[in-house]
Amino acid sequence: MFIKNYLIPRLLQYFLVIFLGITIVFFIPRLAPTNPVERTIAEIRSRGTYLDPRFVQDMVDALTEMYGLSGSWLDQYKDFWVRLSKGDFGVSFFQFPTPVITLIKRALPWTVGLLFTTTVFSWVFGNIVGGMAGYAYNRRWSKALDLLVMLIRPIPYYVFALGLLILFGYVYRKFPIAGGATIGATPSFTLSYILDVLRHSALPAMSLAILGAASWFQTSKLIVQNVNAEDFVQYAQLGGVREGRIIFRYVIRNAMLPQITNLALSLGQILSGALITEIVFSYPGVGHLLYSAISTGDYNLIMGIISLSIVAITTLVLIVDLIYPLFDPRIRYK
Amino acid sequence: MAMSFGSTLKELFRDYRFAVAFILLCLLITLAVMSFFAPHDPTLWYTAPRDLPPSRQHILGTTSRGQDVFWQAAFAIRNSLIISAIAGIVSRVIAVAVGLVAGYQGGKSDRILMFITDGFLVIPLFLIIVMLAMLIRDKMNIFTTGLLLAVFGWAWDARVIRAQVLSLREREFTRTAILSGSRTLELVSKEYMPYITPLAFSTLINNMSWAIGMEMTLSIVGLTNMDIPTLGTMLKWALNYQAILMRRWNWVLTPVMLSVFLFIALYWMSVSISEYLDPRTRVQRVGVE
Repeated sequence: MFIKNYLIPRLLQYFLVIFLGITIVFFIPRLAPTNPVERTIAEIRSRGTYLDPRFVQDMVDALTEMYGLSGSWLDQYKDFWVRLSKGDFGVSFFQFPTPVITLIKRALPWTVGLLFTTTVFSWVFGNIVGGMAGYAYNRRWSKALDLLVMLIRPIPYYVFALGLLILFGYVYRKFPIAGGATIGATPSFTLSYILDVLRHSALPAMSLAILGAASWFQTSKLIVQNVNAEDFVQYAQLGGVREGRIIFRYVIRNAMLPQITNLALSLGQILSGALITEIVFSYPGVGHLLYSAISTGDYNLIMGIISLSIVAITTLVLIVDLIYPLFDPRIRYK
Repeated sequence: MAMSFGSTLKELFRDYRFAVAFILLCLLITLAVMSFFAPHDPTLWYTAPRDLPPSRQHILGTTSRGQDVFWQAAFAIRNSLIISAIAGIVSRVIAVAVGLVAGYQGGKSDRILMFITDGFLVIPLFLIIVMLAMLIRDKMNIFTTGLLLAVFGWAWDARVIRAQVLSLREREFTRTAILSGSRTLELVSKEYMPYITPLAFSTLINNMSWAIGMEMTLSIVGLTNMDIPTLGTMLKWALNYQAILMRRWNWVLTPVMLSVFLFIALYWMSVSISEYLDPRTRVQRVGVE
């Protein structure tokens, strides 16, 4: 019954969303008034390079082929899927002729290392502190924390990160302001290299963790305040169950459930989130790669990164939906 | 709904967050209005000496492009507010329309509309916006930026409004209205709108704040029209001229602080209003006081 009534419709939805998302990614550049080939040539010209008219046509042909723009839309579309299924997104233009997939593979460990760690850390931290603050919502420390979060939370990530960079990178020179490691350092599993990487990740990690935790704090506090009013909590309080046990085993455990879905959603947003972090702190991950792709008009690279992140998000949400009953014994897929 | 506008406002002002937000917003809007009396066209360069520290003549100093920071800021706030208002209002129209049709009609149209809405929630919107902005980069101005953000900013709120309509549809008065022969349009505009308008308004504030942040982000990536002063482009110019490295704090920190005030004001106002609208938290708040 589970398979027929739940799993199959859910999987269908999963494939449909990926299909539609990637179709949109395919069509947006093609519906645009300017075509990437003309754009690239115009860009080369605007840099002051003289192009011999005889070679321009050859260039147009070569670029059309490289961008997968030859043939009718239907042919291109089919070709796009065939290439996609092999993980082939074409060659990058700004680091010609490296394949897009190689560039992404090189940048991915940095992004995942930084953003995965901070997202998970701020989720755990924000939920626990938020849960305790929600349980003791009329204590003074809870209100003070609430005010602090009310001040931090609305600041957009970019402004917050820039503020930290100015404060700890320029005014008090505590941390390195750019890069993933000291330039020229060879990657190795030595203590000094690992410490170097950690020092470089300090500011970006701090900016992500503080804003992330502030947002988890708020949602978790709100949910916990609602769980507080439930009968089983009041019963436990009247029955003299220790407070710590009530908070962690009764209240936070219940409040965590909707937060698990939210965690999956925010893990899926890692690739978009990386863009701004990595621009501000010049961190060598996928976000920085995307930035270079945007500023050089590298369509293959942009489409590669966006397609991958669509697949990543929908897959994460699917996995969470499927394992959800493990966390919430009340849910049975009938 | 019976309460008058005046007493609603009075109740809201009892929340210090609303009062602070209201005052901050009034100040920022005054600054925006002042831009109409600016002595210079904000897009011109070298209308003042370059890189001056704050003085009586230029209260926030001047930029490396020879512009008065104070007047730049006035234009920046005005344009950022206009962009976010366009984005917010247009996306409210879409959200209300989608939410109403999906919630009231139900059935097939509900399923199709919600599938689209969920699609918008799941795809990495930000990246798609970036991609579109790249393609219309030459045509980016206040209106296109606002519209671009509007097209992507409605999905979550459409879901919220649909949920509200679903619950309204089940209530007694809907059946009474239908049985007494009122047409759908009349029912929706007379009976449902009073419930939906506050929702649209409280989501409007959040959406405007999202749009302002998004505009700043797009500017930093270099995807908006750099000739139009907004909070984003003003900051981007400062960064382009290495204002942090040169420690021209009067230039960098003006857009940064203004946007922080603006975001805090919008956020506090929206939190305060939605707590007011949601009786459950209101009871809790009154209980605490």
